[in-house]
Amino acid sequence: MVASVWAWLDDVPDPELPSISITDLGIVRDVYEEGGEVVVALTPTYSGCPATAVIERDVTRALHEHGVDRVRIERRLAPAWTTDWITPRGRARLTENGIAPPDYLTLGPVVLSVVCPRCGSGRTTELSRFGSTPCKALYRCEACREPFDAVKPY
Amino acid sequence: MSGRISYVLRFGDNALVLAQRSAAWVAHAPIMEEDVALANVALDLFGQAKLWLEYAGELEGLGRDADAFAFHRDAAAFSNVLLVEQPNGNFADTIVRGYFYDLWASLAWEELTRSRDERIAAIAAKSAKETAYHLRRSHDWLVRLGDGTECSRERAQHAVDRLWRYTGELFLGDEVDAAMMEAGIGFDPASLRDPWLERADAAFATATLARPADGWMQRGGKQGRHSEALGYMLAEMQVLPRSYAGATW
Repeated sequence: MVASVWAWLDDVPDPELPSISITDLGIVRDVYEEGGEVVVALTPTYSGCPATAVIERDVTRALHEHGVDRVRIERRLAPAWTTDWITPRGRARLTENGIAPPDYLTLGPVVLSVVCPRCGSGRTTELSRFGSTPCKALYRCEACREPFDAVKPY
Repeated sequence: MSGRISYVLRFGDNALVLAQRSAAWVAHAPIMEEDVALANVALDLFGQAKLWLEYAGELEGLGRDADAFAFHRDAAAFSNVLLVEQPNGNFADTIVRGYFYDLWASLAWEELTRSRDERIAAIAAKSAKETAYHLRRSHDWLVRLGDGTECSRERAQHAVDRLWRYTGELFLGDEVDAAMMEAGIGFDPASLRDPWLERADAAFATATLARPADGWMQRGGKQGRHSEALGYMLAEMQVLPRSYAGATW
């Protein structure tokens, strides 16, 4: 059952980054059965992210559609979400959809440049530390001159 | 009210009041990027406030949720520090207020991640990541304004001078702080003063701003004695749920 639930959650898109699923985003922390209920443990990306409530609703709906009637959402705060939990598949899909994936924080304090998701150039400039959603910043590519969103390392 | 509830409410109220202040800039910021930035900072702070206030409600066990605390308390029941309720003023006033708070909050979260209360430690760890980002921005703006044009420097210095009297309260403990420190849940506010001053001094130096002379420091926010400004802010923030009780989207 648990393995099937994980697979179903692979098809639940993030409402604000619809090109990747919530599992690729790394916010599904656990799936388990308890007292006849399927419990999905979710962690918020940013504490004020308005997508949190939508995600909880979408997860419940997806499981209901697969015949699981008793679903409980557990909000798990610790450890805090990090962009390092975005999967390689998630990163690839972000790039394909014009959003630069974040650097890995675990690489240490090495400052890597944000690579343009359109042309692959590393000559990019930060236009604004904040973007269209809490998790993104706004950049411009100096090679192809296109502006783009980048997921902030977090 | 138990010490732990009061303690948790203070952090929640700081975040909530500063969030509401920051959000009031939307559509008034000097550039569009700042509209977006201030809205995002406000959103993070609202999120943090919700985490703290929800926890306060659970500890209290009387069925109050975050909205009940936000919308159905009068100014005297708010326990935020006076700094965060200060009016937005001009852009420099807002940046300096934010910088003073962000710097303090980043130090506070560091302490609270070691709290014996796991929930407090978790909220602090979550907030720490967001506050670090806010601090980078407010610090950079402080330097930009201070080391900027004659006009921006004058306004930044004026903001520092005007808001300085509200910084003392950040490091002033009371019996709630003492009890929480004793229980291994909280920290000694006075212990943050030196690291805060050290970093603020470094920022002032880069920004070519002068640290104001030591003088009278305002106090009382944590105990519910607020400046007049908070009442006006709350009137605006609370009018809808108070006028239309039980209204939903």
